[in-house]
Amino acid sequence: MNAAPLSKVYPVPAPLPLDSGQVLEGCEIAYETYGTLAADKSNAVLVCHALTGDQYLASPHPITGKPGWWERMVGPQLPIDTDRHFVICANVIGSCMGSSGPASIAPDGAPYAMRFPVITIRDMVRGIVALLDGLGIERLHAVVGGSMGGMQALSLAANWPDRAARVLVIASTARHSAQNIAFHEVGRQAIMADPAWAEGDYYASDAKPDNGLAVARMAAHITYLSEAGLTEKFGRRLQDREAKGFGFDAEFQVESYLRYQGSGFTRRFDANSYLYITRAMDYYDIAEEHGGKLANAFAGTQARFCLVSFDTDWLYPTAESRHIVHALNAAGAKVSFVELSAPHGHDSFLLEHDQLDRVVKGFVE
Amino acid sequence: MTLRPDLAAIAAHVAPGSRVLDIGCGDGALMAELESASGCDARGMELDGALVERCVSRGLSVVQGDANLDLANYPDKAFDYAILSQTLQTATRPDLILDELLRVGRRAFVSFPNFAHWRTRAALMFGGRMPVTRALPVSWYETQNIHHVTVEDFRDLAAKKGARIERAWFFANEKQIGAPAANWRAEFAVFELSR
Repeated sequence: MNAAPLSKVYPVPAPLPLDSGQVLEGCEIAYETYGTLAADKSNAVLVCHALTGDQYLASPHPITGKPGWWERMVGPQLPIDTDRHFVICANVIGSCMGSSGPASIAPDGAPYAMRFPVITIRDMVRGIVALLDGLGIERLHAVVGGSMGGMQALSLAANWPDRAARVLVIASTARHSAQNIAFHEVGRQAIMADPAWAEGDYYASDAKPDNGLAVARMAAHITYLSEAGLTEKFGRRLQDREAKGFGFDAEFQVESYLRYQGSGFTRRFDANSYLYITRAMDYYDIAEEHGGKLANAFAGTQARFCLVSFDTDWLYPTAESRHIVHALNAAGAKVSFVELSAPHGHDSFLLEHDQLDRVVKGFVE
Repeated sequence: MTLRPDLAAIAAHVAPGSRVLDIGCGDGALMAELESASGCDARGMELDGALVERCVSRGLSVVQGDANLDLANYPDKAFDYAILSQTLQTATRPDLILDELLRVGRRAFVSFPNFAHWRTRAALMFGGRMPVTRALPVSWYETQNIHHVTVEDFRDLAAKKGARIERAWFFANEKQIGAPAANWRAEFAVFELSR
C-alpha cells in the first residue's frame, strides 16, 4: 500500500481542518494530470473518483497494470478532451494510493491505522481544494464525478460555489439512504469480523484482513450491478462443471465471478481505507450541512449543473438525482438532467455508453 | 435553421435578455434561438430522454421531466416567460398546467393545434371518424393528444383562470393568418397570457 510511485504528491502546507473538529497535519494529496494547463489557468477539469477508484483516471494503474478507470472518457479527442482541457484527478484522503489515509505514517513513525481521523466527503473536497490552491487554479472549467465522485462534485459546488463553472454529477445522490448505509455496514462488519483485521493494526503483520475485505467487495459489487445484468451475464450457469457438486465450492458462475472480484480487489486496496471511505459516504448529507434544506446548499450559485442517472441503477436511483434537480430548480440554478437507459445498473457510468459520451462532451465542452 | 411558425412567433415576441422556461422543448430549437439571437437565459423541460440528450449535447440546460409533476418545484415568477408549445393538449390536466405556467412565469406563451379548424370539422362531419389531418397526423389510438382544444375553448379557459390574453397569433398552411374567424381558419394558435 501507499506505493504509487508514478503520481505527483502535493504536501498540503497548512493543517487540514476536518468536519469532526480534528485537524490533519502533514496531509498529502497524490494526483495525476492529463493535458496542458492554459496560461490563464481557465481550462482545468477536475474529475473526482468513486469509492474504490483512484487518481489513475486515464493512465495505467501501477499495481494492477490495468488501463485507467475512465480511459474511454478522458483523453485526446474524447468527451473530456485532454487536447483542450487540463484534467486533474486526485486520490481522496482516507484512500490508499498515495494520499493521506489510515495506512500513512503518523508523526510517531507508525501507521495511523484506526488513529486516522474519521473524515467526510466535504473533508475529501477540502483536500482537493488545497491541491487546487497549490496549483493556482481559482476556478475550474468543470468538476465531474460519478457515484462518490458526484458527491464530491456536489460538495464542492455547495461549499466552494465559486470554484467550478460547471458541475457534472453522474449516478449519484445528495445523501446516503438507509439502504446505502446498510450495505456499507455489511462490508465494514465483514472486514472487522476478520481476525486478521486486529482492530485495524495489521500493517506490520503478514496476515491482512483480505478475507473480510473480499467479502465487503463482493457484497458491494452486487449493488453496482442490476438483476437483469447478472441474469444475462451468468444466469444459473455452472462454472467449469457439468452438474451440481453438492458442496460449497464456487459452483455457479456468479459465485466464481464475485470471488474473483473480491480477491482481485484486496491486491490493490487497504481494508482500513474501505472502512474510512464508506463511513465518509454514510455521513454524507448535503442538506443536513445546510440547515436541512437542499436548495439552501445551492442558493445563489452561478454554476451550471448537469445530472445523469441510469434507469437500472438501484444504488443511487433516478429519484435521488431528481431530488437534486428539484432543489437546483428551487435555487434558480441552471440545470440539465437526463435519465439514460442502460442494462448494467450503477456501474453503467463506467461502461460504454454513446449517449453518456455525448452528454458529457456537450456539457463539459 | 428555420423555426416552426408558432415558435418563430414566440421567439419574435420574447424580450431580449429574458429568463425563459420552455416546457416540452423538444430538440431545443426555440431555446437555441432565444439564447443566440436574443441573449435569453433559457431553460427547458422535456419528457423524452432522447430529445433531452440532444439538447444537453448541444449545450442547452434541459431537465428530463413531466410538466404534470415537475413544474411544482420552480419558485413563483422564477421566469419572465413560461412557454408551452404544442404540449397543452397532451397534458393530464391542461387547466392545472395553465395555472402552473402563470405561476412560474410572469407571462406565458401557449401554442396548440386548433381542433375546430375546418379540415378537422369536415373530417369528423363527413368521415364520421376521428380526424387525421395535416395538423393532427396521428391516429386516435396512437396520438399523445388526449385533450383536444379549440381556439374558443382556450379563450374560455383563460377567462375562467383570470388570465389576460395579451396577444394571439394564428396559422394555417405554415403562414400567419388574421384573427377573424380564427376558430374556423386556424390550424395552430399561439396565445400570450399574463395574470
